[in-house]
Amino acid sequence: MDKPLNNRAWWLVAPVFLIVAFSAIVPIMTVVNYSVQDTFGNNQFFWNGLGWFQELLDPSTELGGRFFDALWRNLMFSAIILAIEVPLGILVALSMPREGWKVAATLVVMALPLLIPWNVVGTIWQVFARADIGLAGWGLNALGIPYNFTGDPLAAWITIVVMDVWHWTSLVALLCYAGLKSIPDAYYQAARIDGASRWAIFTTIQLPKMNRVLLIAVLLRFMDSFMIYTEPFVLTGGGPGNATTFLSIDLVKLALGQFDLGKAAAMSLVYNLIVLAVCWVFYTVMTHAGSERPQREIAG
Amino acid sequence: MNQSSRTGTLVMVVYLIFLMLPIYWLVNMSLKTNFEINSGVTLWPNDITFEHYIKIFTDSSWYSGYINSLTYVVLNTIISISLALPAAYAFSRYSFIGEKHLFFWLLSNRMAPPAVFALPFFNLYSAIGLFDTPWAVALAHCLFNVPLAVWILEGFMSGVPREIDETAAIDGYSFPRFFVKIFMPLIASGIGVAAFFCFMFSWVELLLARTLTATNAKPIAVTMTRTVSAAGMDWGLLAAAGVLTIIPGALVIWFVRNYIAKGFALGRV
Repeated sequence: MDKPLNNRAWWLVAPVFLIVAFSAIVPIMTVVNYSVQDTFGNNQFFWNGLGWFQELLDPSTELGGRFFDALWRNLMFSAIILAIEVPLGILVALSMPREGWKVAATLVVMALPLLIPWNVVGTIWQVFARADIGLAGWGLNALGIPYNFTGDPLAAWITIVVMDVWHWTSLVALLCYAGLKSIPDAYYQAARIDGASRWAIFTTIQLPKMNRVLLIAVLLRFMDSFMIYTEPFVLTGGGPGNATTFLSIDLVKLALGQFDLGKAAAMSLVYNLIVLAVCWVFYTVMTHAGSERPQREIAG
Repeated sequence: MNQSSRTGTLVMVVYLIFLMLPIYWLVNMSLKTNFEINSGVTLWPNDITFEHYIKIFTDSSWYSGYINSLTYVVLNTIISISLALPAAYAFSRYSFIGEKHLFFWLLSNRMAPPAVFALPFFNLYSAIGLFDTPWAVALAHCLFNVPLAVWILEGFMSGVPREIDETAAIDGYSFPRFFVKIFMPLIASGIGVAAFFCFMFSWVELLLARTLTATNAKPIAVTMTRTVSAAGMDWGLLAAAGVLTIIPGALVIWFVRNYIAKGFALGRV
């Protein structure tokens, strides 16, 4: 789609540019500033060059060790929740009722977890999963399955993964549902005449129509799980031990807990660069997918 | 076909029960006395009490948390949408120098981890004297809500044929009048969806809201951490406060239920 070239359009973009620059560039410069300095307190700073970065990227040091542990944990977590939420979301979208009041009711119930403040999501699951007062924790123990998410790392992981599935699968499902709704009925009639199986309809009609929204879903879910903070913080506080200390939790501990500004700043920058790189890959794929079918462009 | 739709219903019912169970438990807890909560698991309150809700509605340190939260959420939604509207129009109608890079840069800010920004935001807003006001949180949330609003609105605007702009120009409409009188009504559902998303992401965020406030502008999410006391957790009060945070979201969903599906695809289906 070619749009007229008009550089005066910058005037329309300028307010957004200014506010995002104010919110993004100024803080990032502060971070860059901290990342190359060290302090003994009293607001006295001295030049440390790339020292923090060398320490951070070397797994044998204390800082590097904890960074790579948290990074690895976080990547594992993102991979697990994507592997569960994407297929489950597709399945739920395919099972949505077709018409009537049921559609509205289902949509409202599905969207509900998405609008619960993240700390309340943590609270809900704490109240639900505790072995003494929670339905799930008490029920599992009553069935003879020992379960205690505050003491057992595996139980903590399972609880956090189930919580995330509860919280976010609806987003994937709603995106897929939007994709499915855009398929004209004629496609299904043609498939029926050809005698296509349910599986063939799925792979040749429904999945290709959904790949655009699935891309958005995977991008949003990956990014949000990669910066997850509040829910595990409320639920487990990063524990037991460090078993559920993800990158953001570790960073906040370092920055606001220990006030280790230099280390925290170096970690912030590396963390942000990883996010930027992944984001760029997705953006390129999305723009590319958009240019293949010009009538539905994605990136302006 | 009949059999597959029956499995569909089954999947849906199981999924919806899975979604509702923890919420049911929260509501259940909020209606119990703390004595009943601590003395064993009961599936429904034996002795229904509204004491926790009454406490929240009569204690100003509790209900002011809700007012503070709603204040910065509404401020943020208004700022985000009004700034994003012209920008989204520019992205959907014109190409200009740096367009692609700018769009990517905006998008990347939606993805940036708030944890990275917590400390510098604290310094920044303390320095300009906005710390502990709703404005600090509202502006800080612009970091991710403005790019998101631009992204969603651009999708909806690209669906409006360009001939409408040209016809309006021939009819003698100035650009601002055309934009407000003709264009905005055409993308009203898009504006609604974008506002919904801004509301949602500002309402659910805790880390920045907690870092940027102390006492005067303290959001409800932070007030809720007060339920830990020397006498142990006040679970009933915590649950009641949680139930009350779900209600604004539920109301907003009810209003946009017909646009939810399209909105979640960010206007791009």
